[in-house]
Amino acid sequence: MEEKFEPKIAAFVCNWCTYTGADLAGTSRLKQEANARLIRVPCTGRIDPVFVIKAFENGADGVLISGCHPGDCHYNAGNFHARRRWTMFKNLLEFVGIDSTRLHFSWVSASEGKKWVSVVDGVIDSVRAKGPFTQFKKLNKEHEIPVQTGEGVSTK
Amino acid sequence: MNELKQICKDVLTEKKARLIIGYSEDKNKKVKPYIARTPEDAEKFTFNHNAVNNLAVYIPRFKNHFEGKIGIVVKGCDLKAVTALIQENQVKRENLFIIGVNCSGVVRDTDKDFSKDNSQIKCKYCQMKTPGYFDAIAEETIEFELTDDDQAEMMAKIEKMTAEERLDFWNAEFEKCIKCYACRQVCPMCYCEQCIAEKSTPKWIDTSATPRGNFAWNTIRAFHMAGRCIGCHECERACPMDIPLSLLTRKMGMVASAEFGYRPGMSIDEPTLIGSYSTSDKEDFIK
Repeated sequence: MEEKFEPKIAAFVCNWCTYTGADLAGTSRLKQEANARLIRVPCTGRIDPVFVIKAFENGADGVLISGCHPGDCHYNAGNFHARRRWTMFKNLLEFVGIDSTRLHFSWVSASEGKKWVSVVDGVIDSVRAKGPFTQFKKLNKEHEIPVQTGEGVSTK
Repeated sequence: MNELKQICKDVLTEKKARLIIGYSEDKNKKVKPYIARTPEDAEKFTFNHNAVNNLAVYIPRFKNHFEGKIGIVVKGCDLKAVTALIQENQVKRENLFIIGVNCSGVVRDTDKDFSKDNSQIKCKYCQMKTPGYFDAIAEETIEFELTDDDQAEMMAKIEKMTAEERLDFWNAEFEKCIKCYACRQVCPMCYCEQCIAEKSTPKWIDTSATPRGNFAWNTIRAFHMAGRCIGCHECERACPMDIPLSLLTRKMGMVASAEFGYRPGMSIDEPTLIGSYSTSDKEDFIK
């Protein structure tokens, strides 16, 4: 029987706003889909674009980056710096072939549990519609080095 | 290039600089970077269509500025790299003695003569034939007009593809990469003492030349050039596998200019793009 495709989403969220917002969604018993793996970082300014590449390398079908609204940053300017970086990075990834259906950005504050649910569900729907990121996973496959076992060579 | 030789000789005699980074020609007419420390050395300086190297890459290697200024021979495009290094606090303007040369284009294939077909891509849309500022300038030049910008056509072609086609296109290009890091070594803006490619705890980028490591390295390198690349295309020239790296860096430059109106290496007083921010930056892509 063919299994239904369930996307894996890596969500990089800032500790002060979005993580707390997602927490609020949980404590408020709001229903959301369970495909997103949250990775808590101190601030959106902490997110190096190499994290995003690494997430795709490790099997993510989509990536969500979320933090405080502009002006609300716990460190005053972290998200302003991040916003510029993302503008450049998003355009670069689009140019090399990872478009905005797989890479999402949002501002979700600590009080926006409802918004978090709608953002996450939106991202999951968008990635699910796009399907598994086989093109990128193929890169990993070619990367696998044969491992020597007792009897001959296998590729696990 | 007698004027250039004379200027360099005077600079070294009068001790306006302790050394001068320039170009010299060998027996086989190959032009190579050359560092002169005495007025006699300056006799070897030359400049012609074969002077492709961007010499600004050597600037961060000279740190003892108390010993005297560093002289450098720059084309218009190379001066942007010098400006960007000053912007990023890698060198102080007062520690440099800039000797400008009016450039009339440089070759792509050094074995052939300079012509419309045999010129670097950057020369085809060059806006900086004369350096914007300098301490001395050698005024010898030949007029040239090159406008066939075939790279822009290539760029438009890639932009019209679907995301899947683009990823296939770039993976086919990156597949050639042998991770020699020549693109990094030759780049005047790649001066980190420890490159992200060499960080091992954790290892962010696979060091072996695997498809996934090549994708990570080439995209991250292009991102690190975002809003910083001054477009000397040295990475592409140095690449032994002929990966069109300048397409990536030029695209980043176009984004910087379209989204923020920023062009790197234009003014030494301007803050860098990634090192600064504005509260009114566009954010139409953020939900």
